[in-house]
Amino acid sequence: MTSQVEDLLLDRRLVFVTGKGGVGKTSIAAALAELAARSGRRTLVCEMDAKGALADALGADALEFEPREIEPNLFGMAMNTEDSLREYLRLFVKVPFLGKIGPLARTFDFVADAAPGVKEILAVGKLCHEVRERNYDVVIVDAEASGHIVAQIGAPHVIRNLVQVGMVRDQTDWMLDILHDPATTAVAIVTTPEEMPVNETLDLVDRLEDETGVAPTAVVANRVLSSWFDDDEMQLVSALGDHVDLLVEAVGKGAATVVAAAHIAEARRAIGAGHLERLRTGLRDAVGDVPMFEVPELFTRATGRRVVTLVADALESAEAT
Amino acid sequence: MAASLVSLLAAKEMVLVCGSGGVGKTTTAAAMGVAAATHTRGRVLVMTVDPARRLADALGVGALGNDATRVPDDAFVDAGVEPHGELWAAMLDTKAGWDELIRRHAPDAQLRDSVLANPLYQNITSRFVHSHDYLAMERLHELHTSGEWDLIIVDTPPSRNAISFLDAPGRMKEFFGSRLLKWLTVPYRSRLFTMASKPFYQVADRVLGSRFLQDIAEFFILFQTMEQGFVRHARQVERLLSDPRTTFVVVSTLEAAPTHEASYLARALARRELPLGAIVANRVLPRAFTAKAAGTSARKLGKAAGGELAPRLAGELGTDADAVEHVLGELSERFADVAIVATREAERQAELSELAPMLVTIPVLDRDVNELSDLAELARSFT
Repeated sequence: MTSQVEDLLLDRRLVFVTGKGGVGKTSIAAALAELAARSGRRTLVCEMDAKGALADALGADALEFEPREIEPNLFGMAMNTEDSLREYLRLFVKVPFLGKIGPLARTFDFVADAAPGVKEILAVGKLCHEVRERNYDVVIVDAEASGHIVAQIGAPHVIRNLVQVGMVRDQTDWMLDILHDPATTAVAIVTTPEEMPVNETLDLVDRLEDETGVAPTAVVANRVLSSWFDDDEMQLVSALGDHVDLLVEAVGKGAATVVAAAHIAEARRAIGAGHLERLRTGLRDAVGDVPMFEVPELFTRATGRRVVTLVADALESAEAT
Repeated sequence: MAASLVSLLAAKEMVLVCGSGGVGKTTTAAAMGVAAATHTRGRVLVMTVDPARRLADALGVGALGNDATRVPDDAFVDAGVEPHGELWAAMLDTKAGWDELIRRHAPDAQLRDSVLANPLYQNITSRFVHSHDYLAMERLHELHTSGEWDLIIVDTPPSRNAISFLDAPGRMKEFFGSRLLKWLTVPYRSRLFTMASKPFYQVADRVLGSRFLQDIAEFFILFQTMEQGFVRHARQVERLLSDPRTTFVVVSTLEAAPTHEASYLARALARRELPLGAIVANRVLPRAFTAKAAGTSARKLGKAAGGELAPRLAGELGTDADAVEHVLGELSERFADVAIVATREAERQAELSELAPMLVTIPVLDRDVNELSDLAELARSFT
């Protein structure tokens, strides 16, 4: 049986992984990258916000703009708009006096801050460039949080509207071709079964296609708590709680804590399940069917690189609901 | 050193609540507001950036806007709390905030209108120099100098870097002082603009097109007339941040990534010599889960499940022994998972407590925060 996640996401050439801060976007992006590399695809994974979380997740040294093979088939890079600009100037503008432009960082930081879409298009442009050059089978992007992703993916669109002439405008055409082709580009929105992440996901789903022309491909619900007990069993647990003295007598005074833990776990799971249900309904109402994959909360002693593998395993066998 | 978060709140005039996304920063800021208004007299304002609509509902203020709204005393009474002070809430609206700033700093009406009408104005203000951060700082300053509030609690904007808002005033100063701004605006003003002499322009022009650069330059020429106002304010905001009446509170959960971010934040504040009053650890599992007694009982439960215990309990409960055996076995096994998480949390809590004069924990709730009574329950951890 082939993996649904593979079919839906990894067979594309450019995969944006976004979501509200704190939902585990980076681990999902790293896990997708591992899965892609594992299946023999030459894979580039790119961290957009330069915080170093992706390198940490992959147990690699700090990533740089120049892609580096960190594992067989798995290349990593960190986006840097200044480097992207240098590369762009070198490749396309053929600027002969790059050194004379002065401190590029300060200069362009300023212009890029001021001019809408410039920073974003330098970032997205680099990704699209890698796709166009076919340097990799798939480029996986640990993208900006949902608040910024619309600006990023929508940058070529914005630039086209603002810039009337010039090279940048000309270049937006091929970028838009790549971004708007659902067979080429995918967007995966990561969320957790919590209130704010679910709200942000629904909000993003609403805006994404309208404002960028790129439709969301899949939603990944991360850290989904599994239930310990069904309803009948939960009643039994409650009944045990009423006879906790018998349990204490049999197994010691910690028994009450063990029963209390079951109640807390069940309450947390039920809250999460409610939010997931809201997400499902909301997705149906907003865009018809966006496949949703669940990744369970991993209770494990493992940390670092090992966690990514466990998440990759979970994704590989996940079935869309 | 304050003995509790409530006494810290009572001693300060401004509290900046920071932390990474998803840790319950906004909720915690609101709960701090509830705690302050419950225990101290005076007018307390919670300024939030992006509240869940339900949080506004929880505060009983409906939709939050740029203007402060008072949380009705009735809402406190319904929540079983008796307020000593007043609690108000406001939301930071970036667009409205910028328009207000332009109105305030513009030297005349004509200039004001030209800026507001500039086609790039909205696009630019929503992006440049981290305008959200800058506005939050501006607003804080304005609210503080208004003298209307005894305590202002600010839920800081979420951003790539959770303390970038601290740099916002400095960045604004630097922006106006930068050679770049002059480079960009002078040539268009003097009309003696020879592109060939400036490689930067040559490249920028080729890449972006001259019309676009000109639009930007026009905007900044207008904007530059407001330099004085902006720079003076930026200085005042910076002073306010390091004022002894200001304190910072870092909010985190005890998960790996948020803890990492929180310790980074705490160190960054220390480096800037800004006062960190407390770290609040949110959604903390009961410490009892790490107790040896609990682990021992859980293990024994697994062993005892198959023996006498299940039938005995089943008899007592009037139910099937197999079902009881299954439940006992599961309880034993699953508890180990939770105990691991709780142990990790305890380690991270110890790590964080080294970094602040006070570490406050809020226990995990068995429900979402929907009502003022929920905020009041969180606030109990602050006394």
